[in-house]
Amino acid sequence: MSLDKKQVKEIAYLARLSIEDEELEQSTSELNNILSLMDDLNEIDTGDVEPMAHPLHMSQRLRDDEVTEENLAEEFQAIAPKTGKSHFLVPTVIE
Amino acid sequence: MTWETVIGLEIHTQLKTKSKIFSGASTEFGAKANTQACAVDLGFPGVLPVLNKEAVRMALRFGLAVNATINKHSIFARKNYFYPDLPKGYQISQFEIPIVGNGAIDIPLDNGEMKMVGITRAHLEEDAGKSIHDLYDDYTAIDLNRAGTPLLEIVSEPDMSNAKEAVAYAKKIHTLVQYIDICDGNMQEGSFRCDANVSVRRVGEGLGTRAEIKNINSFKFLEKAINLEVERQIDILEDGGSVAQETRLYDSIKNETRSMRSKEEANDYRYFPDPDLLPVVIDDELLKEIKDRLPELPSEKKARFIDNFGLSEYDAENLTSQKAMADYYEIIIDKGADVKLSANWVMGELSASLNKNQIDIQDSPISAPELFNLISRITDNTISGKIAKDVFRLMWDEKRSVDEIIKDQDLEQMTDVGALELVIDEIIAKNLNQVEQFKNGNTKLLGFFVGQVMKATQGKANPKQVNQILNDRLS
Repeated sequence: MSLDKKQVKEIAYLARLSIEDEELEQSTSELNNILSLMDDLNEIDTGDVEPMAHPLHMSQRLRDDEVTEENLAEEFQAIAPKTGKSHFLVPTVIE
Repeated sequence: MTWETVIGLEIHTQLKTKSKIFSGASTEFGAKANTQACAVDLGFPGVLPVLNKEAVRMALRFGLAVNATINKHSIFARKNYFYPDLPKGYQISQFEIPIVGNGAIDIPLDNGEMKMVGITRAHLEEDAGKSIHDLYDDYTAIDLNRAGTPLLEIVSEPDMSNAKEAVAYAKKIHTLVQYIDICDGNMQEGSFRCDANVSVRRVGEGLGTRAEIKNINSFKFLEKAINLEVERQIDILEDGGSVAQETRLYDSIKNETRSMRSKEEANDYRYFPDPDLLPVVIDDELLKEIKDRLPELPSEKKARFIDNFGLSEYDAENLTSQKAMADYYEIIIDKGADVKLSANWVMGELSASLNKNQIDIQDSPISAPELFNLISRITDNTISGKIAKDVFRLMWDEKRSVDEIIKDQDLEQMTDVGALELVIDEIIAKNLNQVEQFKNGNTKLLGFFVGQVMKATQGKANPKQVNQILNDRLS
């Protein structure tokens, strides 16, 4: 599998990464190098291997349903770029 | 040209946990903005999500209630997109292996039959925050209290073929999640939200392109939005156009659906397993414990109402459609009231008054024991069914007891047969013309005489007795 420059541009847009046109060539070839490693991995027959979702062979620990957090709104808001009446403010989003 | 509609629903139910799905912040509704958003909810660097046990148990309760496959090994994934009310830049959800797999639920159709609707899956995920657009001219205000609230997203098969069926399905799920106590079902507060996937096709053809309608927060709007969307798609196709696969927003004020995102390419969420969370493993012991503790389900309650009380399918379906209504009804029956008469009162007069005043049955001004008293006064012939409706109104408005109202208003049924006969004889004497006609075969006039007697006795005569005496006198 390999990607062309247009696809790399789209992926960069989805991840909100800014890639200048002059960097595009290099990024594309680097990404394709990584993808070729995946192709190598795909050569291996894994039919008998259970899919792995996480490298640790453990299962998720669960928490009891209790409220343990206190209200730290003031501290969090103090470092926000802009706030008003206890809201975080961002440039207008139009849906 | 005949068209067929295909509808599938995605329902987001907020789970009734005290704390969030991955953090110990409170989920209580209505708090001051951002006072219940902790570092995990805000997506601060270095924090780790830890899964809430109760959210898992609630998801399992649902899975067992719809006879679904439970995936004993499920995984969480990151759904990546950028929006200001999603601080991390991804939503933790389940993609490849959801906790609840294939299940099904029966829904009632208009013709009285039941139809089975498949449930594709139900997965756990976190809710996003809220964007408030009308507070400032130049800014969007963000409240992250809701961010991280546990959701169970219930995805149906595209098994519904009209808006009514979609509403019946949504109501069934709404009832069920309240029965099993995993969601408060409050649609106004957004605890229960529906998205509808709608497409149309010519009869016999393959599936058409679907549009997803969002922002539907009542059953009435769900029906309207689907009907509008079906009409819109048919219009496009009949004009030779093609339906775009897109997300559309339902506007209840303008009563229209409109396109929400023009850039559909942005809808690539690039899911991948969340490395912060390990696979969730469910053991048989936990599953058994949850199964044993499941309350009586709506379908089981309905079957019991039919078997034990001899109710019709329709009445049983109706009475069990809300747990609180079923409980109310059972209190009346346990006290020994007539089964069918009680069903009629609960589904008729009581439900109509509650609906009209938008009151939940739990908050009814007339309690179940009080309605039992009223029904008893009908069955012991103290008052007629017609007078009982007036008494009901007075009980509702003035919150007085049944017997007090009957006594004060002198509503007790006439039991003195002699007195009733006198009244009837007088009416017969005044209406010789009608008597003549009746005797000549116009039997419909019996109703006229009954009416006159009721009028003369202010409705206090026992209709059965009136009929009997009239039939004697006129034959």
